[in-house]
Amino acid sequence: MFKKILVANRGEIARRIITVARGMGMQTVAVYSDADAELPFVKDADEAVRLGPAPAKDSYLNVAALLEAAKKTKAEAIHPGYGFISENADFAKTIADNGIVFVGPPPEAMARMKDKSEARRLVAEAGVPIVPGSRDTIPDVSTALAEAERIGYPVLCKAAGGGGGIGMAVANTAAELERVFRACVDRARAAFSRDTVYLERYFPAPRHLEVQILGDLKGHTIHLLERECSIQRRHQKVVEEAGSPLFLEGQHADVREHLFAAGLKAARAFGYANAGTVEFLYSDGQVYFIEMNARLQVEHPVTELTTGVDLIAWQFRIAAGESLTLRQNEIARNGHALEFRIYAEDPVKFFPSPGPLKVFRAPTGPGVRLDAGYAEGNTVTPHYDPLIAKLIISGDTRAATIARAKEALANLRIEGIKQNVPLHLRILESEAFIEGRIDTKFLEHHAKP
Amino acid sequence: MAEVTAHITGTVWKIECKVGQQVNAGDTLVILESMKMEMPVEATDSGLVTEIRCAEAQSVNEGDVLIVLG
Repeated sequence: MFKKILVANRGEIARRIITVARGMGMQTVAVYSDADAELPFVKDADEAVRLGPAPAKDSYLNVAALLEAAKKTKAEAIHPGYGFISENADFAKTIADNGIVFVGPPPEAMARMKDKSEARRLVAEAGVPIVPGSRDTIPDVSTALAEAERIGYPVLCKAAGGGGGIGMAVANTAAELERVFRACVDRARAAFSRDTVYLERYFPAPRHLEVQILGDLKGHTIHLLERECSIQRRHQKVVEEAGSPLFLEGQHADVREHLFAAGLKAARAFGYANAGTVEFLYSDGQVYFIEMNARLQVEHPVTELTTGVDLIAWQFRIAAGESLTLRQNEIARNGHALEFRIYAEDPVKFFPSPGPLKVFRAPTGPGVRLDAGYAEGNTVTPHYDPLIAKLIISGDTRAATIARAKEALANLRIEGIKQNVPLHLRILESEAFIEGRIDTKFLEHHAKP
Repeated sequence: MAEVTAHITGTVWKIECKVGQQVNAGDTLVILESMKMEMPVEATDSGLVTEIRCAEAQSVNEGDVLIVLG
């Protein structure tokens, strides 16, 4: 195992990775921007290195500064967390060339997954069902219109190389598509330095299901069951759970088996190793591949709490060349878990709300865990995403977990900024949520104040 | 005269109007960026842009005046 690792991330995920690494006997190095010098993750680590000014491009995305920090501290491996450089194959290759291990999949597998139209083609060849869409990236408006006729409206216009809802837009008609296509190309160029976009069928209210994958460098790959992440705003997840309510009490068992098989097929098609997630849409009894994320997901704890498998610990072991000793038949779900993303934002309009965390008190109790990137007295700055903490609740059944979650959310005290705890409480009061009838339009239909 | 203010704390990503330009209520005047999100700031009334009180890449606080309409 590595003697010393560097965590190339911030906030709650940096803390979580540091905790796991220390528990495995490794020395830890945090890196931080000027905006984050006072945050808990900097103090949690054995050493901390300043990367640069607040903007991500000068700090957490600054490859030269990250490499220098790793060399200076003699870190043997870099864990990228999620976001930032976690899906950057060039970064993985650069550090490998400098004798430092990237805690993630092989750079070649990352490159295959990064280009979404290429990824779709690859998994379709492996027999994984995909959302009907354009065969290639779309060069111009006339091709976009012709392809949309073939796929059928409404269509979703997406940037190849995008993620997290950046550069996506829906068109219901040909006239809308002309406008949306041009805007999407502009956004793709600005955000990802490339102007390739593609089209796919838009499902108005699907469920979002995903399969957790673990694989070692010798080709042993397993799945760790599903998560449901249908509750989203602006294509970003708000509440996640394991398992999906769709499959409670043995319902839709055929869909579930199909989902797991498709997840494994996709991971193998990419030549995947380490921890990854295959995302699917579910609509009218069918699952459709969306993408594979070559990293740890924000919502990984709901899988850990219900399977008893520490995904980050396995990431380190696999990166260090160890074999994955878990067998598929050892993976079973025990109980239920819900994760609530606590965002610094207005709970109705979802506007960002940076500011000082004057009061920040975590709830406690059995089955209650708060993974927080901030402590009372810290300031949430506008430079990074609005996630300040994840409240993760586990229980024997879904109903017991919901009851426990209500209590915990009511006891989570945050003052000084606007935050979305009131939204979570509205979700938990909703009959549709309680009955497990959720989809990606849930917030628009069921959780209005 | 109407003052158009920042509805969030963040940085000015783009200024989408010019002094002397006639704008209508609902037109995007400025795009702010905060927490990885772009938020358009729209004209509250119709009018002539008489003053631009922000610059691209500048940090602004909620409530700061960005644009003055005459």
